[in-house]
Amino acid sequence: MTFRLGLLRGNIEIKQFLRQRESVIFTLFFPVLLLFIFGSVFKDKIAPGVTFSQYFVAGMIASGLVNSGFQQLAINIPIERDNGALKRLRGTPMSPIAFFIGKAILVFLSMIIQVIMLLVFGAIFFHLHLPHSGALWLRFTWLVLLGSACSTVLGIALAGAIKSGRGAPAVVSPFVIVLQFISGVFFIFSSLPSWMQQFSALFPLKWLTQGMRSVFLPANFASQEVAHSWEIGKIALILAAWLVAGTFLAMRSFKWSRQ
Amino acid sequence: MSAAIEVLDLRKSYGGQEAVAGISLTIERGEIYAILGPNGAGKTTTVEILEGFRTRDSGSVLVLGADPGSLGIHGSAWRNRIGIVLQSTSDAAELTVAETVHHFSHYYSKPKDPDAVIELVGLTEKRDAKIRTLSGGQRRRLDVALGIIGSPEILFLDEPTTGFDPEARRAFWELILALKAEGTTILLTTHYLDEAEALADRVAVINAGKIVEIATPETLGGRHLAKATISWSENGATQKQISENPTHDVIEIAARFNGDIPELTVTRPSLEDIYLTMIGGRE
Repeated sequence: MTFRLGLLRGNIEIKQFLRQRESVIFTLFFPVLLLFIFGSVFKDKIAPGVTFSQYFVAGMIASGLVNSGFQQLAINIPIERDNGALKRLRGTPMSPIAFFIGKAILVFLSMIIQVIMLLVFGAIFFHLHLPHSGALWLRFTWLVLLGSACSTVLGIALAGAIKSGRGAPAVVSPFVIVLQFISGVFFIFSSLPSWMQQFSALFPLKWLTQGMRSVFLPANFASQEVAHSWEIGKIALILAAWLVAGTFLAMRSFKWSRQ
Repeated sequence: MSAAIEVLDLRKSYGGQEAVAGISLTIERGEIYAILGPNGAGKTTTVEILEGFRTRDSGSVLVLGADPGSLGIHGSAWRNRIGIVLQSTSDAAELTVAETVHHFSHYYSKPKDPDAVIELVGLTEKRDAKIRTLSGGQRRRLDVALGIIGSPEILFLDEPTTGFDPEARRAFWELILALKAEGTTILLTTHYLDEAEALADRVAVINAGKIVEIATPETLGGRHLAKATISWSENGATQKQISENPTHDVIEIAARFNGDIPELTVTRPSLEDIYLTMIGGRE
C-alpha cells in the first residue's frame, strides 16, 4: 500500500517537475551547458593522454548527482513547506514513507537523465572514454547509487535547516558552487592548496569526483592523485558514513510546516 | 456515540503570550459548529491543535475519540476519518484539478468518486485546467474537494470564504449545507458573521484566546430577548419606540392610522451589533 502510494507520488512529482520549465532547464541543462563552456575553454593536456575536459567531465558527472538530489531537494522542499503542500499532505492518511519514495523517484529520474546527457555529450565532444570493462561499469553503478542516496538525504537534511523557500536558492546554490570549486570539479584537485584539499575531504563531493575519475580516466592517472591512488575502499566508506549521518539528520530536521 | 470533538481547558502560549487561554467546547456529531472571532483571537491555533498540526501546553483534546497530540502509529487511521481545509495555500500549481483530486483519492480507504466531488464543488468545467490558472474562489473550492474526497466524518474549514465575492460565498454555503445533510460534522472558523448565521447550528465567539459565549446564532448575546425598536413616520417626523411587546404596540399604532403605518420597521439588534459588543469593538 505504502509502496504503491510511493509510486503514485513519484508520478505526481515527475509531472510537476517536468511542467516547470525553469526547474527543468536549471536542473537538467545547466550541467551540460557548464560542460560545454569549460570543456571548450580548457583543452590542455594535464597528463599524457588526459585533457582537462576529460577530467572536468568526470567531475561534472559527480556534480550531476549533487544537482539532482541535494540541490533540487534543498531548494524545493522549503518552497513546498511555504506554499502549504507539505502541510496538506501531512493532514492526509498518506504515510511519510510514500512521500519520500516519491521524492527518491524524482531524484533518480533527473539523475539518470543528467548522467546520460553528460556521458553522451562528453563522449561525442570531449573525448570522454566510457568505461571499458564490466568491473568499471559496476564501480560506476555503485558510485552513482551511493552518491545519489547521499545527495538525497543530505538535501532533505539541509531543507529542514532552511527557514524560507524564497531564501533557499540563495543558501544552497553558493554552497554547491563553492563545494565544486574546492572538490576537484572546476580545478584539478591536486593543484589546490593542501588546506583546501583537507577541508574539502570532509565533504562527500571530493570523494565522488575522485571515484568518477577512477572510472573515466586511464588507470595510470591514479599516480597523479594526491594519495597516488584512487582510494576506492576509502571512497565507499566515507560515502556510506555520510549516507548514515545524512539519513539521521534528515529524520531529525524534516518539518511539514513552517512553525 | 461520543461527541465528535471534546476540548477541555485548552491552553497554548507563544513566547509568553497566551494565544489560547483555556478553551472548552463540545461538538456533537452532525453539527456545523462555527468559531467566530477577530483576527488573532486564537481561532487558527485552536483548530490546528485539533487537526494535529500543533502541540498544546495543557488541557485535554479528543477528536473522534483520539488525542491528536499523541496519535503515534494510529495517525494514519485517524487522518483517514477527517478532512482538513487549511487557510490559503498555493501548492500543486502545475497539476490539473482532475489530476490532483484523483491523486488524493488514493490516500483514503473509502474515497468518494473524484469526478462526483469535482462536480459537487462546481469545478467540472475546470477539471483539466492547471491549478495556477484558477481564481481564488475556484482554488478554495478545490481545497474543499481535497478536504472531502476521503468521505470524512469531521471536516475542518479554516476561514474558507475569505476573499470570495458574494455569489461565490452563497454557492459555497450551499455546498457546506449539502455536506451536513450527508451527516458530516463541520468545524468552521470565520470572521464573517453572516457566514456563521447562515451555516452554524452553534457558534462559539472567542476573543483574546477565551470563549466569550457559546450559543445558537439566534440566541447569541441574548439577541432573541433584546427589546425591539419600532420606527414609523408620523406628522412629518420619524418616530421611534423601544418595545418589549412589539406586536401589541404595532397594533396600537396601526389603530391611529386606520390601516397602513407609513415607513414601519421593527428591528432587533443585529448579530453584528451583538458581536461587536461582545468582542469589545463598541462602547
